[in-house]
Amino acid sequence: MQPSNAGDVSYDDPWYDALASGWGESPRAAGVPSARREQDTVPAADVYLEVQRSAAFQEVRSRYRRFVVPGVVIFFAWYVAYLVTATTAPGLMARPVAGAVNLGMLAGLGQFLTTFLLTWAYVRHARLRRDRAALQLRWDTQELARGRGGAS
Amino acid sequence: MTADHQTTALVLFSVFVAVTLGITTWVSRHRQGSAEEFYAGGRLFSPMENGFAIAGDYMSAASFLGISGLIVLVGYDGMLYSVGFLVAWLVVLFLVAELVRNCGRFTLADVVAARMRERPVRIAAGTSSVTVSVLYLVAQMVGAGSLVALLLGGTGEAAQAWTVVGVGVLMVIYVSLGGMRATTWIQIVKAVLLLGGTVALTVLVLLRFHGDINRLLHTAAERSGHGDAFLAPGLSYGGDWTARLDVISLGLALVLGTAGLPHILSRFYTVPTARAARRSVVWSIGLIGGFYLMTIVLGFGAAAIIGPDAVRASHASGNTAVPLLALDLGGGAGTTGGTVLFAIVAAVAFATILAVVAGITLASSASVAHDLYASLRRRRGTPRSEVAVARVASVGIGLLAIALGLLARDLNVAFLVGLAFAVAASANLPVLLYSLFWRRFTTRGAVWSVYGGLVPAVVLVLLSPVVSGGPDSLFPGAGFQIFPLQNPGLVSIPLGFLAGWLGTVTSAEVPDEARHAETEVRSLTGAGAA
Repeated sequence: MQPSNAGDVSYDDPWYDALASGWGESPRAAGVPSARREQDTVPAADVYLEVQRSAAFQEVRSRYRRFVVPGVVIFFAWYVAYLVTATTAPGLMARPVAGAVNLGMLAGLGQFLTTFLLTWAYVRHARLRRDRAALQLRWDTQELARGRGGAS
Repeated sequence: MTADHQTTALVLFSVFVAVTLGITTWVSRHRQGSAEEFYAGGRLFSPMENGFAIAGDYMSAASFLGISGLIVLVGYDGMLYSVGFLVAWLVVLFLVAELVRNCGRFTLADVVAARMRERPVRIAAGTSSVTVSVLYLVAQMVGAGSLVALLLGGTGEAAQAWTVVGVGVLMVIYVSLGGMRATTWIQIVKAVLLLGGTVALTVLVLLRFHGDINRLLHTAAERSGHGDAFLAPGLSYGGDWTARLDVISLGLALVLGTAGLPHILSRFYTVPTARAARRSVVWSIGLIGGFYLMTIVLGFGAAAIIGPDAVRASHASGNTAVPLLALDLGGGAGTTGGTVLFAIVAAVAFATILAVVAGITLASSASVAHDLYASLRRRRGTPRSEVAVARVASVGIGLLAIALGLLARDLNVAFLVGLAFAVAASANLPVLLYSLFWRRFTTRGAVWSVYGGLVPAVVLVLLSPVVSGGPDSLFPGAGFQIFPLQNPGLVSIPLGFLAGWLGTVTSAEVPDEARHAETEVRSLTGAGAA
């Protein structure tokens, strides 16, 4: 990646904040006229509101939340249950299952297993249900922002 | 340990240092000095590279030596930590990685500041990030010092002190000259070495027992002297309710803290897209999960092969279990195989510490330059390049870490890593989740949630038995322990969330709809991502 590239991208981006930016690092970035930046910012904000209210975005958001919220509840509850059982009921965890393996061992390995399974499920869900729509929205948003700002 | 071990270990370790310095020089040869380059390595790492680097950033010597050692001494209870360290990654994957990649540029504060008044939020988030990093860093530095004493037999004060200084100087060189690109490659190299070493030892342990896990566990239980109780939870805390709550507190801190660790968050900025961030987390979950499964085998293996008594005789908290196991698996003391394997483990442990401290130093220098200095500098002063400030900050943090590492050299600092996770979970995670998911969240809520988690976490530790009152305390002489738990997470994490909610509902500020829309749309679609 060329150094000039980074400068250009951030220049177009209304999100690019004066305080957060690489202040003083590139004279070109610092030399952007401020009037123009303000002009960009106001309509660009509307673009995001407009996109947020669009059906397409709401669909992506609800798909994400419908997967993530139950997912988090499940693994967190399962982990806390494991932790609390291990500390408050060691006797239960010591119950033998097969040979040297007891309930505690199985629960511990179960935590590993569910972590791997949920990882797989999340990635699959994101790939099949979110990625395409999110990418489309990304392009639409950027097209809209460009049209409004009149830049480039 | 004999001179043979020492020489081989030193040679191997010097090779690692030489290779990493080579990487740093190679990388800084064509560096461009932009902030993007310094903090995020140009954002061009592949998911696999970043996944290895995340694993290298996360798997510390404390987990390599510490968890196995703990399993040797207290059996099953050691396993609770490996489970916590792994499950934490689901929080990162589900709630944080992709959204942070889409919304932020270099630090945690970027994500929050995008919706809020920038200055107070940056100062708050920057302060808590630096606090987490410094706590973690000091633990690693002191650990490096005692590792030298343990592994190379240089129990002398001088050897420990020079190790702390050496580690500090190396990490400053890596970070200030090589930035994120060099740090990432060092972490990748370290992750490969650590995983290679762990796989080799695990295979040798399993071969020793002809793949019979059942016999391995039975032997471990017999040699431990505790019988089957060794394979079940409870040995380390028994019937003591304070100790039980402490385990729960630490468990919560581990699971919720990982997603707030600044050096982990900064890793997501090194890949080009949110999808790449997701895929790098998947890589790292695979690597980290495999690693922690193997440390469990190594722990029970060491208990079965070496026995807890021999380990305890060598080091009270069991940190030498894996090196001793390596010595035995290679053929025993005095054999070439044993010497080589022992030296490899020692060198890998050093490499582990170096890679971790480099990652933390880089993340905290980003917080200092990008958040704190940017918000606090005087406007009329001549603006200096942000990267120059970050380089200076990394030197400053290095010096601070060396100084604190030397001061704390003889203190029992085992609680520091748990504390770093607790602060990350109480101060960083609430503000991050609220900013990403709560429409009504305001600037006051953000500031309160950071300080409302940070201050209780630190104060509770100061008032806990780790600082005063007990025989293992920092100041055994003093007695101002009021709070019974060693880890504050159980109290401070809910307080952080509560403070954020309270600050929001009490503030008159009207939440900025447009900027919330911007955060939400950006976080889920990646529009306008840096």
